[in-house]
Amino acid sequence: MIQPTIEPRVPPAEPASQAAFRGWTPTSSHLNPYIPPAFITLILVIGHLSFGILESYQKTMLAIVTSIACELLLGRLFLKRWPNLASAYITGISVGILLRAPGYWPFVVCALLSITSKYVLRVNGRHIFNPSNFGICAMLFLASDAVATLSIQWGNNLAAMAVIWVLGSLIIWRARRFHICVTYVATFLLLSAVRAWITGDPWLSEVSPITGPEYQLFIFFMITDPKTTVKSRLGQCVVAFSVAVVEMIFRLDRSIYAPLYALFFVGPVALLIEMARNSRRAGVQSSKVLNTGALQS
Amino acid sequence: MKRVPIARILVTLFFVGLLMTPAIMRRYASSHSGSSRTTLDRQKALTRHGFYLEEVSRSAGIDFVHQAPTLDAQLAKIMPEVASMGASVSIVDFDRDGWPDIYVTNSAEGSKNHLYRNMHDGTFKDVAEEMGIADVNQPGTGVSMGAVWGDYDNDGYEDLFLIKWGRPELYHNNSGKSFTRVSELAGLPPWINANTAVWFDYDGDGLLDLFVGGYYSEDVDLWHLKSTRMMPDSFEYAKNGGRKYLFHNLGGGKFEEVSAKLGIESRRWALASGAADLRGTGHQDLFIANDYGVSELYQFDGKRFHEVGSQAGVGFAPKSGMSVSFGDIFNQGKYAVYVSNISEDGALIQGNNLWVPKEGTEGNATRYENLARDLGVELGGWSFGAQFGDMNNDGNLDLYVTNGFVSLDRNRSYWYDFTKIAGGNSSIIGDARDWPAIDGRSLSGYQQKHVWLNDGAGKFVDVAQAIGATDTYDGRAVVFADLWNTGALDVIEANQRGPLLVYRNTVSPENKWIEFDLRGTRSNRSAIGASVELDWNGQKQVQTVSGGSGFAAQNDRRLHFGLGKNPQAEKAVIHWPSGKVQTLDSLNPDKLYSIEEPQ
Repeated sequence: MIQPTIEPRVPPAEPASQAAFRGWTPTSSHLNPYIPPAFITLILVIGHLSFGILESYQKTMLAIVTSIACELLLGRLFLKRWPNLASAYITGISVGILLRAPGYWPFVVCALLSITSKYVLRVNGRHIFNPSNFGICAMLFLASDAVATLSIQWGNNLAAMAVIWVLGSLIIWRARRFHICVTYVATFLLLSAVRAWITGDPWLSEVSPITGPEYQLFIFFMITDPKTTVKSRLGQCVVAFSVAVVEMIFRLDRSIYAPLYALFFVGPVALLIEMARNSRRAGVQSSKVLNTGALQS
Repeated sequence: MKRVPIARILVTLFFVGLLMTPAIMRRYASSHSGSSRTTLDRQKALTRHGFYLEEVSRSAGIDFVHQAPTLDAQLAKIMPEVASMGASVSIVDFDRDGWPDIYVTNSAEGSKNHLYRNMHDGTFKDVAEEMGIADVNQPGTGVSMGAVWGDYDNDGYEDLFLIKWGRPELYHNNSGKSFTRVSELAGLPPWINANTAVWFDYDGDGLLDLFVGGYYSEDVDLWHLKSTRMMPDSFEYAKNGGRKYLFHNLGGGKFEEVSAKLGIESRRWALASGAADLRGTGHQDLFIANDYGVSELYQFDGKRFHEVGSQAGVGFAPKSGMSVSFGDIFNQGKYAVYVSNISEDGALIQGNNLWVPKEGTEGNATRYENLARDLGVELGGWSFGAQFGDMNNDGNLDLYVTNGFVSLDRNRSYWYDFTKIAGGNSSIIGDARDWPAIDGRSLSGYQQKHVWLNDGAGKFVDVAQAIGATDTYDGRAVVFADLWNTGALDVIEANQRGPLLVYRNTVSPENKWIEFDLRGTRSNRSAIGASVELDWNGQKQVQTVSGGSGFAAQNDRRLHFGLGKNPQAEKAVIHWPSGKVQTLDSLNPDKLYSIEEPQ
């Protein structure tokens, strides 16, 4: 989910363990840190007032409270201070909206998995999975008998969607990530025509998913998450394009949760590639410095 | 410095534990579900569960196979999905010979409905043709979707209301000798695309009224579409379905449509409805299970109906309601309401609802909580008809759920295509042209039925395979009836594009029973809405005579109570719709009591 933070550089003198978990405290970015949580809350309110999307207040609250509690505990344990809770709130509310299950335990487990993944699945001090995407995909892989996601269970009134699209676009524009959304949507639409041509199904049936609620959350909150996307603008566009392409492959394989799975696989791979490239560049630069130093000496 | 690595190890272990949790929960659930994939062993079933079922339709002379409708060619690519209902079954003693008869509907244009007369010797004979209620699916008039029986003119014989996608029909029963079509006299509208109807006397005037719930909009002729924009405009929030009708019985065979006047104006996609006095007010409340949306609960205050589903807790989470049945599952004198929905692993887990009155709430303030998961009756596949009945006569109401939507190619599923379109905007999902072709794929097909035995201690255990309910047809309607007057509830199941199945029930003779056949005098003659509260062995169970329940179904009007071993029946209190309360003492088990309402 989108997090209004800039991951700070780790001071060399800082203990590695502590340094590895720096960056959980939101600092001012291009965006007021409270806008994304407010926006997702707005989506929830609009959705609920328009349609009553919340299957149960209790389950949504349970996911939010679990996420926040887990973040507090792990943040305190690893950072030795209370973490900012905006990210955990967004993760909790996303789990509460996206996950659909008759029981209560999936909401607890999914929220815990999402938050814990940030502290466990890390490479070079950086978590590589989008938390809620990881939690939800893990539940879909491991508990398909007990959970589903918001794939077909939300209203699709155009006015409510328009509000979400306009507000979401403004916020994402302000966060300087609108190009990610545009790239993804354009690629999806283009590939929907390709899919329709391959499958013989009506083009609108291929376009249909992106007009649904799951995609609003996916586009505005998941693929734009600063923590789990690459840094360069071009790289972000390439990743968004890749997500749409991999999603198409999943769709041709008739996977119901294609976009979530696509991000699950593409996101970490993109980050790992970026890290490898940065590391190589850093190595080249340091060897240049060494060489220069040697020459100078 | 050492604290952090230990903490990291602990967090990693915790993370691994979280990943393993679903498997643990699955194991726990399966160990408590009792779902057994064994085959029928009669003796074992009798010993362990107290009963078993045997499918006897052929030997009983029943060879009915349901035919689905063929609608407008513009719907051809999704025909199996759209033309997926119409198999129904209702129980009626149409000739008042004391033996339950069976009426089943057919849904292809030109196909015939069957009325199976009980021949008292274990067999049935189709007499629909000679009675005049067979050829009711003629081209241009629509096709049958269900039937409910009620004696609207109090002449002692049950009359037939035929639920159709098309011209609704009312047939008057001429003393069990023939039927006369009286739809025009009754003032029925020319066309309703309905899947549910229920007889009930909402105002207690002694005349049966009729609720009819529309599914597709009534201005749609499914055989001659003016537009393909006739599908639901949302998968769970659709409000473009058929209107609702409440026909107030004026007497003399005439009805007045009063739904709007009395506060019933929904356009949700109704699939099932039922009526019962849920609040103990003497008025029957109307519960509607809607496809593509929330359920609705209408309470009658003596003048108007008020929709209180959301406040009562049953109308909050939108699902795909397909059946309504009432049962006093805890023997507390209170009804729980079971509503079936869709559950498909990896695709959609709505879960069926078992709405149980919350402790400490009653009357108008009754609030419900969904205990389907806690009691083990939540996951029933693509569930359709469900009914409560004491199948093993142990004194606890069990639950039979039939299911399965479209069974075509076993190896190819339509679920992906279904979710693709169903998640889209109303302008897409609402137009049949935009739907992907089903192309021979199955959609939750070949599903095993569920027979959930109530253990009396707060759990239901699925014994379907062990007791012989082994079919995997696309089940729609299911009813209970003591077809052969043996004191056991037999099961009759209507299947879409499949055979009518008759499961004969053999119950351990140690378990006793008692049955009541009620006849109203001041109340409506069918006694629909009358309830019997039976006290025995310190327990109390209430049942009501129903004018339609489950999905496209109506149980036998006779009320059947299992009593368990060595019962001492203390008394039965009958609450008649007229308000009259009658108490019966000195009841003997294993007996059918025919009771007429005292004047």
